[in-house]
Amino acid sequence: MTQLTTPPRPAIGLGTTRHLPAWAPYAALAVAAAFAGAVLALAGFSIAGWLVLTAVVFVVLLVVASRAVEGPRKATDRFVTSLVVGAFLLALVPLISVAWTVISNGAARFDVEFFTYSMRGIVGEGGGAAHALAGTLIITGITTLISVPIGILTAVYLVEYGRGAVARTITFLIDVMTGIPSIVAGLFAFALFTLILGPQARLGIMGSVALCVLMIPVVVRATEEILRLVPHELREASYALGVPKWRTIVKVVLRTSVAGIATGVTLAIARVIGETAPLLVTVGLTTAINYNPFEGRMATLPTFAWFSYAAPSLPVQASLDRAWTAALLLVILVMLFNLIARIVSRAFSPKTR
Amino acid sequence: MSTTTPTRPPEGRNTVRQRPGDRVFRGIATASGLTILVILAGVAAFLLYQAFPALVAPSQDVAGGEGFWKYTAELVFGTALSAALALVIGAPLGVGIALFITHYAPRRLAAPLGYVIDLLAAIPSIVYGLWGVFVFAPALVPVYAWLADNLGWLPLFAGPVSSGRTMLTAGLVLAVMILPVITALSREVFRQTPTLQQEAALALGATRWEMVKYAVIPYGKSGVVAASMLGLGRALGETMAVAAVLSVAGGVTFNLISTQNPGTIAANIALQFPESTGLGINVLVATGLVLFVITFLVNFAARAIVARTSKG
Repeated sequence: MTQLTTPPRPAIGLGTTRHLPAWAPYAALAVAAAFAGAVLALAGFSIAGWLVLTAVVFVVLLVVASRAVEGPRKATDRFVTSLVVGAFLLALVPLISVAWTVISNGAARFDVEFFTYSMRGIVGEGGGAAHALAGTLIITGITTLISVPIGILTAVYLVEYGRGAVARTITFLIDVMTGIPSIVAGLFAFALFTLILGPQARLGIMGSVALCVLMIPVVVRATEEILRLVPHELREASYALGVPKWRTIVKVVLRTSVAGIATGVTLAIARVIGETAPLLVTVGLTTAINYNPFEGRMATLPTFAWFSYAAPSLPVQASLDRAWTAALLLVILVMLFNLIARIVSRAFSPKTR
Repeated sequence: MSTTTPTRPPEGRNTVRQRPGDRVFRGIATASGLTILVILAGVAAFLLYQAFPALVAPSQDVAGGEGFWKYTAELVFGTALSAALALVIGAPLGVGIALFITHYAPRRLAAPLGYVIDLLAAIPSIVYGLWGVFVFAPALVPVYAWLADNLGWLPLFAGPVSSGRTMLTAGLVLAVMILPVITALSREVFRQTPTLQQEAALALGATRWEMVKYAVIPYGKSGVVAASMLGLGRALGETMAVAAVLSVAGGVTFNLISTQNPGTIAANIALQFPESTGLGINVLVATGLVLFVITFLVNFAARAIVARTSKG
């Protein structure tokens, strides 16, 4: 009864909420850009300054307008949205800058001579990094040959066999290994080999051992994740047919997950191929091609780039050009491995029906 | 190795009869697992063996002449300062980017945008180092000059500014390098936030920020902390970028924009190692051991936080 007599309350909420029009952010951006341009035209123009000032003016304009029209809650929302978008755009700045710098500086010496000559007997300009490229491929190749079987089998142990304290310890130790700084891995290989061969030992294989410490945990983590995705029904179907456990693992579990494992391994290679610090302390640098990882120093692309910068030969510019081209080649190699990983995972991933 | 582990009693249904192939394969897999144990024990043992002479050496023989711990303390300070700067700058940015990718960007663009940020992780550290020295540091000089002029009364920005190769530049480069680590992990956590709670918040009239603040961030807080710790671990151990960018003069200072900086452990090893012999190498290995212990503790804390969250 009383409800019927209650007078209708004034409508709040949706009907009366006022919104900024959809074009408001764009208008604010245009005004901010024009304003910032005008200010900097008086104070001396620079692209970075203009972008920063535009961003600041834009945020202030939008928040003030929103606060006046839509109220403080909407204004805060718009403020946070600009911050979050700004964070992303800010992260693109170094990415684009690095890519542009490496490509523009590295292009100068990205020629046939760079790939066909070593630095043996080269004084001044010219010369190349054939020796460094060969060294990088050999050392990374050996690292892969050692790390992949150990990594995959460890993952198999953890997923298929490991129970109790031993498995828990190994899982924990892999976490520890993931966090080992690369330079410490280098020092480990150095300490290990110099104990046997004397303090002057610098070998390609020392670098491979150091990189293995960094690569094994990555391979284990990736493989473990993939193996846990293999459905139990597949294993059980195999057991039901009387197939021994080890053949089930090799022929069913590993066969099913081969694409994922290949992807993980490729990404792990991309991770270690650019490592500089461990090679610096274990492999050193040389000027000539050395194909033997068990004999003497080897050149690698990262250390080649580093010493071309840190201890340049005269003229300095020729040395720096070589450093940049080596850096560019390194980035291309890493991207290549990332690309291969994506193609592998796309090509072999099970088709969803 | 496999011979030392006792074969455990057959477990359950699928081991009706132990075949020789099974035993061999199991042995190989177990041996691989135990290799990890051996490798890590080796890392600790060989580092200790090589570091020991430095720890017991008379203090005047160690570089700097004041003993190993004095020498290391300065480097630990530099390492901690650069990593802390990287974390202070990188963590908010990384969380912001993760939020952008999971909750602000158009859904169709989310995966490609995440891949773009992952590209930052694919760039080798030596490339960051060269970029830092030749592009980033010179570009920051006017900013530092402005800071020294206007905020020079703060000890952090006392200057004098002569080049861009400062502690702040090193911190900024490290921040860029740990950004993908923090973003990737935070993204995972934010993505797992219960959708129902988010929809409920929106249905109650919350703005998007209020939804994120009350339904997403509380859920992902510990994940973000763990991600930041892992990023910190990465920053502590980063070598080549710091070695290239930072201009080192020794000494402990909080002045971020001068060129008189303390070194970091990792960069110091990379810079000194090629010219060192004898006890010098032992000292460097010992500092590496200190770095190993520090990063171990940081990573351990991060994992502990992750483990606690995934349980509760």
